[in-house]
Amino acid sequence: MIKAILIFNNHGKPRLSKFYQPYSEDTQQQIIRETFHLVSKRDENVCNFLEGGLLIGGSDNKLIYRHYATLYFVFCVDSSESELGILDLIQVFVETLDKCFENVCELDLIFHVDKVHNILAEMVMGGMVLETNMNEIVTQIDAQNKLEKSEVRMENAIIKEGSQHDDNLRMICSFHCLSFSITL
Amino acid sequence: MPAVSKGDGMRGLAVFISDIRNCKSKEAEIKRINKELANIRSKFKGDKALDGYSKKKYVCKLLFIFLLGHDIDFGHMEAVNLLSSNKYTEKQIGYLFISVLVNSNSELIRLINNAIKNDLASRNPTFMCLALHCIANVGSREMGEAFAADIPRILVAGDSMDSVKQSAALCLLRLYKASPDLVPMGEWTARVVHLLNDQHMGVVTAAVSLITCLCKKNPDDFKTCISLAVSRLSRIVSSASTDLQDYTYYFVPAPWLSVKLLRLLQSYPPPEDAAVKGRLVECLETVLNKAQEPPKSKKVQHSNAKNAILFETISLIIHYDSEPNLLVRACNQLGQFLQHRETNLRYLALESMCTLASSEFSHEAVKTHIDTVINALKTERDVSVRQRAADLLYAMCDRSNAKQIVSEMLRYLETADYAIREEIVLKVAILAEKYAVDYSWYVDTILNLIRIAGDYVSEEVWYRVLQIVTNRDDVQGYAAKTVFEALQAPACHENMVKVGGYILGEFGNLIAGDPRSSPPVQFSLLHSKFHLCSVATRALLLSTYIKFINLFPETKATIQGVLRAGSQLRNADVELQQRAVEYLTLSSVASTDVLATVLEEMPPFPERESSILAKLKRKKGPGAASALDDGRRDPSSNDINGGVEPTPSTVSTPSPSADLLGLRAAPPPAAPPASAGAGNLLVDVFDGPAAQPSLGPTPEEAFLSELEPPAPESPMALLADPVPAADPGPEDIGPPIPEADELLNKFVCKNNGVLFENQLLQIGVKSEFRQNLGRMYLFYGNKTSVQFQNFSPTVVHPGDLQTQLAVQTKRVAAQVDGGAQVQQVLNIECLRDFLTPPLLSVRFRYGGAPQALTLKLPVTINKFFQPTEMAAQDFFQRWKQLSLPQQEAQKIFKANHPMDAEVTKAKLLGFGSALLDNVDPNPENFVGAGIIQTKALQVGCLLRLEPNAQAQMYRLTLRTSKEPVSRHLCELLAQQF
Repeated sequence: MIKAILIFNNHGKPRLSKFYQPYSEDTQQQIIRETFHLVSKRDENVCNFLEGGLLIGGSDNKLIYRHYATLYFVFCVDSSESELGILDLIQVFVETLDKCFENVCELDLIFHVDKVHNILAEMVMGGMVLETNMNEIVTQIDAQNKLEKSEVRMENAIIKEGSQHDDNLRMICSFHCLSFSITL
Repeated sequence: MPAVSKGDGMRGLAVFISDIRNCKSKEAEIKRINKELANIRSKFKGDKALDGYSKKKYVCKLLFIFLLGHDIDFGHMEAVNLLSSNKYTEKQIGYLFISVLVNSNSELIRLINNAIKNDLASRNPTFMCLALHCIANVGSREMGEAFAADIPRILVAGDSMDSVKQSAALCLLRLYKASPDLVPMGEWTARVVHLLNDQHMGVVTAAVSLITCLCKKNPDDFKTCISLAVSRLSRIVSSASTDLQDYTYYFVPAPWLSVKLLRLLQSYPPPEDAAVKGRLVECLETVLNKAQEPPKSKKVQHSNAKNAILFETISLIIHYDSEPNLLVRACNQLGQFLQHRETNLRYLALESMCTLASSEFSHEAVKTHIDTVINALKTERDVSVRQRAADLLYAMCDRSNAKQIVSEMLRYLETADYAIREEIVLKVAILAEKYAVDYSWYVDTILNLIRIAGDYVSEEVWYRVLQIVTNRDDVQGYAAKTVFEALQAPACHENMVKVGGYILGEFGNLIAGDPRSSPPVQFSLLHSKFHLCSVATRALLLSTYIKFINLFPETKATIQGVLRAGSQLRNADVELQQRAVEYLTLSSVASTDVLATVLEEMPPFPERESSILAKLKRKKGPGAASALDDGRRDPSSNDINGGVEPTPSTVSTPSPSADLLGLRAAPPPAAPPASAGAGNLLVDVFDGPAAQPSLGPTPEEAFLSELEPPAPESPMALLADPVPAADPGPEDIGPPIPEADELLNKFVCKNNGVLFENQLLQIGVKSEFRQNLGRMYLFYGNKTSVQFQNFSPTVVHPGDLQTQLAVQTKRVAAQVDGGAQVQQVLNIECLRDFLTPPLLSVRFRYGGAPQALTLKLPVTINKFFQPTEMAAQDFFQRWKQLSLPQQEAQKIFKANHPMDAEVTKAKLLGFGSALLDNVDPNPENFVGAGIIQTKALQVGCLLRLEPNAQAQMYRLTLRTSKEPVSRHLCELLAQQF
C-alpha cells in the first residue's frame, strides 16, 4: 500500500502532498520535512530506495523516490509494493503530467494544484494503484476538461440569458410605473 | 493538445500564488496568507451568496495554503456545498478539498455521506467515481458503516462501467483494510474472482489488489483465483510486446499487472493441480529466460519494468521453496545483479538473497557469493546498500564461515554509519555466540566489540558475555586473562571496565598465579579506572573489591583502606556510600568462612531466550523477526550453541540468614529477608534490565543488599525500589480503620513501638528522622502458624500529599511464613509542610481469605522538627515577630493524663522541639522552640505550655510562620496530655 505521495523541490518546498493514512496536520508537515531531509542529502546515482524516517517509517516502510530537475517525487510504501514497480509508477506519473501540461515544470504544479491532484487520483486511489496505462489516464483527464468547458460555456450562456431577462424585467417595471402614473 | 490548457486557470488564484512566491521573508508570507484567510473567511460568512466559480477559487486558495503547512479550520461547509452541487467542476473541487483536508471529523462526515449516497445512486459514472474516490481516500469507519454493503453490489453489477468497477474494487479494499468486520463476505466473492478474466486490464489490476488482501483472511473462499491468475499471467508473459498495446510499458507487457499477479500467488502454496503448476513453472522459467535476453531498449524504464517482474518471480520461487532447479537459477540471477552497475539492482539483489539464504536448497549457493557481499560492505557508497549487505552476511552465516563473517563485520564496524552501529553490534554478538566452537573466540569477539564500538554495546550484550562466562568453566580462565590484558590499554571503554570488574571479581583467582597479574596488580589496575567511571560502574567495582577480599585475603588491608577513604565513606552518592560502609563492615566483622559463603562465586544462570536476540527483534519490529529467527534449515548448524544449558546448581546459595553475620544488633527481632529472593533475583536482574534501577547491574550487588542489616547510620538506600510507593490509587484501598487516629496519636511523640496488632498480624515501627529525611522500618509479624500469601503492604498518599511528602518503599516478599516476620524499609522525604499522614495499606491472603487493612502511617509534621536552643531575649523577640493573629494557635484543654512535669518534658522533647529553661518567668510553664525542616522551606516554631494543676487544665500556645502549621501542631500536641 502507498502511505503517502510527496512532491517537493530542491529546497524542500512542498508542491504536492497526499496522505492515504490519517495523520494530523502537524505530523504531515513533519513528515514532509523529515522526508526531505532524508532524501535531499543523498548523492545522485545511489539507489532510489531507503528506509523510512521515524514518523512514517518503521522497518516495514520504504521511501522510493526519483529526482527530476528541481523536483523530488517521493512515494512512501509498505512492503507489499514492488520497489521497481513503484519506480515505474513515478515515471508514469511524471510522463502523464508532462502530457497534460506540455513540458511540465515546477510552476505548473504550483499554479494547478487541483489538476495535479486530479491526475494523481486517476492513478492512485486510497493508497492502491488504480490505473497504470498512461493513455487511459490522459483520456480521463481530457474527458474531465471537456465536461468542465461545456459547463463553463453553459454558465456563460445562462449569464447572458439572465441579463436579457433582467432587461425585460426592467422594462416591465417601468411600464408598470408608467401605467400607475396614468391612473393617478 | 495539452489536457490542461494553461490559460484557463483562475486569475485570482494565480495572483495570490504569485504574491506568495514574491514574498521576501517568511513573515511577509504569513502576513499575506493571514490576509487572504481573513478575506476568504469574510466572503464565506458574508450575506452575499457566492457563485460556484468564487467558491471554487477560494477552496483552491485554501488548498494551496494548506500545502504550505498552515492549518485550515474553516471552509469545510463550503466544500460540502460544492460537492452537493450538480455541476461537475464544483463537485470535483468539493471532493478534492474533502479528501485532502478531512481526516475523520465525524460531524462533517455525516453530511458528506449524504452527498456521496446521492452520487453513488446517480448512475453517472463520473459522479460515482468521484464518490468512490472520496470513500477510499477518507476511509473512515463511519463511511464503512454507511457504504460497505453497497460497494460490492456496484463492483459486480453487470452494467457498471469499467472505470466504476476499478474504483469500486479499490474502494472496497480500503474499507476492508480499515474495518474488515464491516465488509460482508457473500456470493459476490465468487464473482470478484472472475474479474480476473475481465477484458479491461485496469479492472483486472484493481481486482488482483482486492483479492490479494481479502484472501489473506479467507484463503479458501478465493482459492479458485490461483488457476485464473496463472492463466492470466501466462497469457501476459508469453505475449509479444505489441499484444497488449496500451498496457505495454517500454516494451514490457503489463509489468504492473504481472507483479500484482505474482504477489497474489505468494499468498498460496504451490498449486496442487499438476496442469496449473506446470503452466506456472513454465511462466517462471520464461521470465528467468527473458532476463538473459538482450534488452529491447536502452532506456532504464525498460530494464526497470523487466526486473520488477523478475524480482517478483524470484520472490515467488523463494516462497514456494520447492523447486531446487528454479531456486538455484534464481540465486545465479541475483548473483549477476550483485555486480550490476545499477545501484537499485544491487540493493534489491542483496535484499532478495537474504530470504534465499534461509532455504536449504539454495543456502550453499548463496554462500558462494560471500566475497562479493563482503566487498559490497566495504565499497558501496550508499548506506542503504551497505546495510542490506550486512543483513545478508548475517543471514548467510553458518558454522563454516562464521569466523570470516564476524571478522569482516567487526572491521566494518570501525567505519560504519552511526545509525546502524548498534544493530551490527547486536548481530555480531549473536553470531559470535551462536557459532562459537571455542569460547575463547567468543570472548575475544565481544571484547573487540567493546573496544571498537563501546558506546553502541548495549547492556544486553555485556550482560550476555558475563552469563556465558559464568556458565562455562572452560572459558573462565581465558576470559580473566583477556580482560586483564584489555584493561591495560591506557584508554578503555567503560563497558570494558564493567566486564573486566565483574570477571576479575569472579574469576581473578584463575590468573593470580602469574606474577604479572597477581592480586595486587589486578586490584590496582581496576582501581586506576575507578575515578573515571560513572556511579553505576563504580558501584560494580566496589562489589568486585569485596569479592577480592574473599578471593585474595592479602589485598584486604589495601581494599579496606580504599573503602575507608573519605571519598568513599562520605561519598555524595548514597549508593556508593552505602556500599563502602557496608562492605567495610562486612569485611572487618565477618569471619573468613562467612565471607567465603556470602561472596561465593555466582551460580550459573538459568537459560532463556538470548536477551540480545530479543533486543534485535524489538529493534527490527515484528515483521523482520522471523527472518532473524533460527530459521536456518541446515541441521548441522542449527542449535550448535542454541542455548547454554544450566548446570545443576552445585554451589550453595548462601542462606541469607541475618544471624549468620552476627551484625543485626540494633533492630528488634527481624525475620530473615525473603529467602525466595536469591534464585529469582539473579534471573530478574538479567532478564528485565528495564525493571531494575540503573544501579543494580550485577546480581551480586542486589543480592548483597538483601543480606545487609539495616544500617541506621547510612542515608536512604537507593537500592530501594524507585517506583513511587503510591502505585495503587487511593480508590483501591479501603478507609483507615476506626482506631487509626488513636494509633497515630501514640506515635506523635515517639518513634518506635507497636503500631497495630490483631489476632493475625502485628506491625511494629522503628523510625528515625533527621532534617527533612526519615527512615522507617516496618516489621510485619505473622502471629499465626499459616503462611500469609500475596502479602503486599503499600503506602498511599491521599490528596495532594504526593507533592508534600515522598515515601519510597522497598517491596517485601509476597509470602510470610507462620510465625515469621518481614521487614520493610521506607525512606521518607518531607518536601513541604503537610497535614494528613500517608496511609499504609496492607493486603494479604490468610487461608484463602483476602485481608485488607488501612492504617495511618505514623509520619506527622513534627517528625521533621529540629530543636533550637535560644536565650530568653531571642525567644521573646521572635515571639513578638510572630504576632499576627493567624500565626498563633491556642488551645485550652483538660488533662487526660496525670500531670507529671517529667512526663510532660519527655513528651515535649519527643515532639521534637527544644525545651528552653529560664525563659518563662513561671517555672511551671514549658517553653520550646524548633524549626520544621522541609525540602522547600523551613518553618520556625515557638511553643508555650501552661499547666494549671488546680484546674487540671493546660493552655497550649503555638506560634509559627505558617498558619496551618500552627493549628496542626497545636492539635497534634494537645492530644498528648
